[in-house]
Amino acid sequence: MSDFVDGFWSLYVAGITLVSIVACALLLTMQHKKRPAGEAVGTTGHQWDEDLAEYNNPLPKWWMWLFWITIVFGLLYLVLYPGMGTFKGVLGWSSVGQYQAEQASADTTYGPVFRKYASMDIEAIARDPQAKVMGERMFLTYCSQCHQSDARGATHFPNLADNDWLWGGDPQAILATIMQGRNGLMPPMGAAVGGPEGVKEVANYVLSLSGATHDAKLAAAGKAKFAACAACHGPEAKGNTALGAPNLTDKIWLHGGSLAAISEQIDKGRSNLMPAHKDFLGPERSRIIAAYVWGLTAPPAAAK
Amino acid sequence: MNDTQYNYKVVRQFAVMTVVWGIVGMLVGVLIAAQLAWPALNFDIPWLTYGRLRPLHTNAVIFAFGGSALFATSYYAVQRTSHARLFGGPLAAFTFWGWQAVILLAAVTLPLGYNTSKEYAELEWPIDILIAVVWVSYAIVFFGTIAKRKVKHIYVANWFFGAYILTIAILHIINSAEVPAGMLKSYSAYAGVQDAMVQWWYGHNAVGFFLTAGFLGMMYYFIPKQAGRPVYSYRLSIVHFWALIFTYMWAGPHHLHYTALPDWAQSIGMVFSLILLAPSWGGMINGIMTLSGAWHKLRTDPILKFLIVSLSFYGMSTFEGPMMSIKTVNALSHYTDWTIGHVHSGALGWVAMISIGSLYYLLPRLFGRTEMYSVKAITLHFWITTIGIVLYIASMWIAGVMQGLMWRAVNEDGTLTYTFVESVKATYPYYVIRLAGGALVFSGMLVMAWNMVKTITAGKSVEGEIPPVAAGSGLDAPAHA
Repeated sequence: MSDFVDGFWSLYVAGITLVSIVACALLLTMQHKKRPAGEAVGTTGHQWDEDLAEYNNPLPKWWMWLFWITIVFGLLYLVLYPGMGTFKGVLGWSSVGQYQAEQASADTTYGPVFRKYASMDIEAIARDPQAKVMGERMFLTYCSQCHQSDARGATHFPNLADNDWLWGGDPQAILATIMQGRNGLMPPMGAAVGGPEGVKEVANYVLSLSGATHDAKLAAAGKAKFAACAACHGPEAKGNTALGAPNLTDKIWLHGGSLAAISEQIDKGRSNLMPAHKDFLGPERSRIIAAYVWGLTAPPAAAK
Repeated sequence: MNDTQYNYKVVRQFAVMTVVWGIVGMLVGVLIAAQLAWPALNFDIPWLTYGRLRPLHTNAVIFAFGGSALFATSYYAVQRTSHARLFGGPLAAFTFWGWQAVILLAAVTLPLGYNTSKEYAELEWPIDILIAVVWVSYAIVFFGTIAKRKVKHIYVANWFFGAYILTIAILHIINSAEVPAGMLKSYSAYAGVQDAMVQWWYGHNAVGFFLTAGFLGMMYYFIPKQAGRPVYSYRLSIVHFWALIFTYMWAGPHHLHYTALPDWAQSIGMVFSLILLAPSWGGMINGIMTLSGAWHKLRTDPILKFLIVSLSFYGMSTFEGPMMSIKTVNALSHYTDWTIGHVHSGALGWVAMISIGSLYYLLPRLFGRTEMYSVKAITLHFWITTIGIVLYIASMWIAGVMQGLMWRAVNEDGTLTYTFVESVKATYPYYVIRLAGGALVFSGMLVMAWNMVKTITAGKSVEGEIPPVAAGSGLDAPAHA
C-alpha cells in the first residue's frame, strides 16, 4: 500500500472488500426460503409485454452451497494471505518472498553444476562437452532473439559466427561484451563532412573501399573528407575494436550496405545498444555463453 | 411517430448492422488467425499487419457486433416491457448514427496505426469523446423509457441492461482519461502500475458488464419469450443480479497476477473472481430452468438451440474464468493461448450465440413476418457455429496448456528445455485447427446474412402497436402483488 501514505486508505479498501463479501452473504441469507412441502410454485403476479412472467422458485440448494463455499474460502484466504489493506496475512506470504525462496532453491539445486566453471579458463570451458551443451541452450534462450538461433545475426544485430569482431573476438572481450553490454555509438557526421553533398561523396568513397559499385568521381572527392571518419575507423578504414568502430573494407555491413543506408548512417549517426547481462545471468552463466560464442569461430586447434 | 406505437426503426437499423458488423469483425478475425499460421499473409502491407488488425478485430466484434446487438435488443425489450415508446425522440436515432460513426472511425484509424495501447480501449481521444456522448445519450433514452413505463415493476432484463449502460459509462470515461498531444495522439492520465490497474479494472468490467450483464438482459427477455414460459425464479434473479454487481468490480487484478501490482490487490482480484462463480451460474440456471416443462421444444426449435447452448457456453466459461484466476493455475495459463480459448468460449459461445438467437427472434417481428425466411438455414447456422466454436476452444486449450508446460520445462542443469520458438512451432497445427473453427463460425454468419436479406425482401418494415397493460400490473398495482 506504499502509494497510499495515509493509513485511512488501508482501512477503506479492507472495509469495502469486506462489505462486498458480507453483502453477498446477507443476500443469500435474506433470500433463503424453503418451499413448504406440497405447495405449488406460483408466479410473482407481475406481467409484461403480454406474456412475460416470473415464477418464484426457491434458490437451488446445491447452488447456495456453492456460493457459501466460495464466500468462506474467500474470507479464509484473506485471513491467510495479504489482501485486507496493510494486513500481511497470517501465513506471512508475499510474492517477493516466494520469488526469493524459489531463487534460493534453484541455486541449491543447480548452483553446483555452474560453480565449477567459475574459475575455469574460457578456452577450457569451450572444450568441455557438458558446457558446450549448456552454452548452446542458454544462447538459444537468452541471445537468439537478436543474434538468431544460428548466431548469424540480422541487420543491426552482429553476426557472431564469422571472424569479424566489432569489440574483439578473444574470450575475455566476448565475456566483457556479455557482462557489461556495449553501446556502438557513432555521432551524426553530416555537418562534419560538409552537408548532403559531402555525405554522398563520403558514402561513395566508403563503398569504393570494399570494391562495391560506386561513382568514382564522387568517391575521389569523398576521400579527402574521410579524414573526419579516420579518428575512429582508422586512416585505412580497418576499424578499431577498442571503440567498436567497424572495419569498412570487408563487405560486412551491420546496418546495411546500400548507398542509402550508408548515407543515412553518416548523416544521422547511430546508437546501437547491447544490454548488459551481468546482473541477469551472473558471472558463471556468462562465462559458459562466452565460451560457446568463442567456440563458434575459434581456430580448431584452440577449441579442441 | 406517435405514442401508440413502439419505435422499431432504430431497432431494425441496429439489428441489420449487427449482422453486417458480425461478418466484418469475424472476417478480420479469420484473417489474423490465418496470419498466425502463415505470417506471410500480411503481404508486407502495414495496414494488414497483425498488430493493427488485432485491435480492429476485437473492437469490431465486441463494440460493433456485440454493441449493435445490445442496442437493438435493449431498445426492443425496454419498450415492450415498459409498454412505452422510446424516450427522447431523435436521440435514439442519434445513438444509431453516432455509434456507426464510432465504428467507421475505428475501422479507419486502427489499421492506420493510431492506438492508445490500452486493450479494448484503443481508440484515440476524439473518438473516445464521441463514444462518451453517444453512451450518455443511450443512457438518457433507456432510463427515460423506464421512467415513462406503464407497468409498475421493472422487468429483470432491464435491471441488467440498466446496470450495463450505467457501468460502461463510468468505466469508459475513467479509463479513457488522457492528455491529448495532437489530434490523434494522447497520453494516459495514469502512470506505471496504476495505469495497468485502471486498464484491467476497465478491461475485466468490459467483460463483466458489456459482455455479461448486457447479454444477460438479452437472455432474460428472449429466452422466456421464445420458450413461452415464465422465468424460473424471481428470487434467483435478485440474488445473482446484486451478487454480480458486488463482485465483478473487483475481479480485474487477476489479469495482473505475479506483476508489479501489490500483493493485496492481486489477492482481492483472485478472491472476488472465485466468489463470482455462483452469481454467474445463477444466470445460467435461471435461463436454462426457464425451459423446464418445455424441453421438447429444444428438439425442433433452432432459435432455442442457439439460446440454450449459449447459456451452456456461458456456464462453462464462467467456471473456467474463476479457475484461471487462481494464482497457481494462472502461473501456467497466463500469456498462453488458453486465455484466447477462454475468451472465445465466452465471446463466440455465449455472446455471439445469444445475439444470433435473439436476432432470429427479432428480425421477422421487425419486418412483419412470423418467422425467418428459412428455418432450416437457422438449424444449419446453429450446427456450423457450434462445431466451429468447439474446434476453436479445444485447439486453444491444448495449445495453451502445451505452451505453459513447454515454457516452464527445465533441464537437469536448470536451463530451459525449449526455446520460445520451439513452442511456436509446436503450436502450428492448433493454429490451423483454430483457423478452421473460426472459418466455420464466419461462414455461419454468411448463411445468416442470406437468410436476413431473404426475410427482409419477403417482408416489409412494420411498427409495433403498444398493447394494453395486463390487469394488476399497471402503475396502480399494489406494491407486492
